[in-house]
Amino acid sequence: MRLINFAHGEFVTVSAYALIVPTADVTAKLFIGGWSWPLLILAILAFGMAIALLSNLLVFRRLRNAAPQNLMVVSFALGYIIQNLLMMVYGARPKAIGLWSSLTQATELGGIRIPLLQPVTIGVTLLLLLAILFFMRKTSFGIQMRAAAEDFRMARYLGVRADFVIALSFALSGLLAGVVALLYVVQTGLLAPTMGVNIVTFAFIATVIGGMGSLPGAVLGGLLVGIATSLLQAYLPDSIRAFRDAFVFLFVILLLLVRPSGIIRLKQFEERV
Amino acid sequence: MQAQGQVSTSIVSNGRGPIWGQVQTPMVLVIMLGLIALISSYFGGSAQTVTEMMIRVVLVVGLYVFVGNSGILSFGHISFMSIGAYAFVWLSCCTLPMLKPMNLRGLPEFLQHIALPSPIGLLGAAVLAGAVAIVVGAILMRLSGTAASIATFAFLAGQYAFYMNWSGVTGGTALLANLPVFVGPAVGTGLAALAILIAWLHQESRFGFMLRAARDDQTAAKGSGVNVWFVRTVAFSLSGLIVGVGGAMHAGFLGIVTVDAFYLPLTFLTLAMLIVGGSRSLSGAVIGVVALTAVTEILRQFESGIPVGNSVLSLPAGLQEVGLGLAIILVMMFRPAGIMGGHELTFGSIWPKR
Repeated sequence: MRLINFAHGEFVTVSAYALIVPTADVTAKLFIGGWSWPLLILAILAFGMAIALLSNLLVFRRLRNAAPQNLMVVSFALGYIIQNLLMMVYGARPKAIGLWSSLTQATELGGIRIPLLQPVTIGVTLLLLLAILFFMRKTSFGIQMRAAAEDFRMARYLGVRADFVIALSFALSGLLAGVVALLYVVQTGLLAPTMGVNIVTFAFIATVIGGMGSLPGAVLGGLLVGIATSLLQAYLPDSIRAFRDAFVFLFVILLLLVRPSGIIRLKQFEERV
Repeated sequence: MQAQGQVSTSIVSNGRGPIWGQVQTPMVLVIMLGLIALISSYFGGSAQTVTEMMIRVVLVVGLYVFVGNSGILSFGHISFMSIGAYAFVWLSCCTLPMLKPMNLRGLPEFLQHIALPSPIGLLGAAVLAGAVAIVVGAILMRLSGTAASIATFAFLAGQYAFYMNWSGVTGGTALLANLPVFVGPAVGTGLAALAILIAWLHQESRFGFMLRAARDDQTAAKGSGVNVWFVRTVAFSLSGLIVGVGGAMHAGFLGIVTVDAFYLPLTFLTLAMLIVGGSRSLSGAVIGVVALTAVTEILRQFESGIPVGNSVLSLPAGLQEVGLGLAIILVMMFRPAGIMGGHELTFGSIWPKR
């Protein structure tokens, strides 16, 4: 749909907040978060999907033919609404939440001590990537989605159901939002109504420099931004280390100047004459 | 987009010759803003709201100069607001002379002990924001389309991270207070009128026409000899300058300034105002600000409670933001080209002759 969904961060936030009982109290009481883990994971993923599908049904479906910049504004407005509804229900203050704290304890792994969560995060990410890759390349739904991304009208002529494909992509992104919510909450142990915004800023930039609409591109972009951040953190002289993020964004601008359509170019995203 | 094939309607006058047709737009807009200011002060409306609205008019009109005419969405303009606001601080802060050396230790010696009059601070803001915009624009305008939008976003994030951590000169995360307050409804309206005039002059100049030609068909414009990079850079610089003035106004209105204020929420609010009003006309920019300010203001009244009979009807806090979001979505659903839909206001459009 070529939608830059700024509300995606709020999908993550909402999924995370579903873990606790809806009150404005300062301390968080576990709600779904208190369930046994297989049930919890399923519930949160389902919740992320439900939110994404609901926003598709109520908002984006009605704007199928809108210009990209209108869609962007709408997705921002939607995120703004969700964020403020969350604040109304849960209060604006960040809340501490201890979910699966055993995962954050350090363990010995091949001679280095790291929190167990890190290999878990890496493992989950890899697994999801492979799953998405498989879904996109091998299943008929995935192939329909890729066809629709390439040429929407042509895909429809060939019998791809537009509503279904778009709903499917929303469901998928909601599911991933649920995963991110879980990983993020376990790692930071914090809930805040604005937590989604920071995640999305970096994700957005990573996607774009990697090459929009390309899965390998998104992965590559994410890695590049991460590596650039870590390297700058390690090797910048002390006096200017505080400006690390500014350098990261400078790097992004430079990269864009060299390759305006991202590292991995897709034909359908190039500007045509 | 709906207005894709539309010729900028400002050329099409309503029968009294082209000049009259064109001059009407800024006149109508300025008179409208003036009336709003007068009426609200007459009925004891809040001077704060009016001033705030005028500052937003300056910001959104500044944004329009680039976004509206070039068709490239910019996320980076709030950076110029930040740059303008801090330039104002460096030149005109503070009402208490010992504060500046204390809070901003990293400032150069000659700026440490001066507190120039506010208009000079405002001018300094315009100059600095304009200068930065020329440099940034010259680099970023080598890109076009989505890549340019994303690059402006990266610029915003980079500038924000930079000012956040440049503690000696901007105070970093700290809040700077005791700035001279010089922007009220009158000054605000005056500067808003000036911004409208400048935007209109640019829009009707050859640079404006060439820029819109490049927006509607880049290849054809290039083929007709338009230097697309140059006209875009000109618009970017001018619009950065206007937004910089908006930043100084913001600082000179609140009397306080933080880096944190100039980031994503404000970026989106101003963009939403522009797009809801209709990004393809100057009138759209102004109307968008007025409309969304009105919505916010009405909801704020409801939030603080409206007496109904004997009881007070008050809606839950946070409704203001939710309502604003809903208003934006509804306008986008039913008027995809914005409230004005690319048209300009003229006297004729207010009192149609039938």
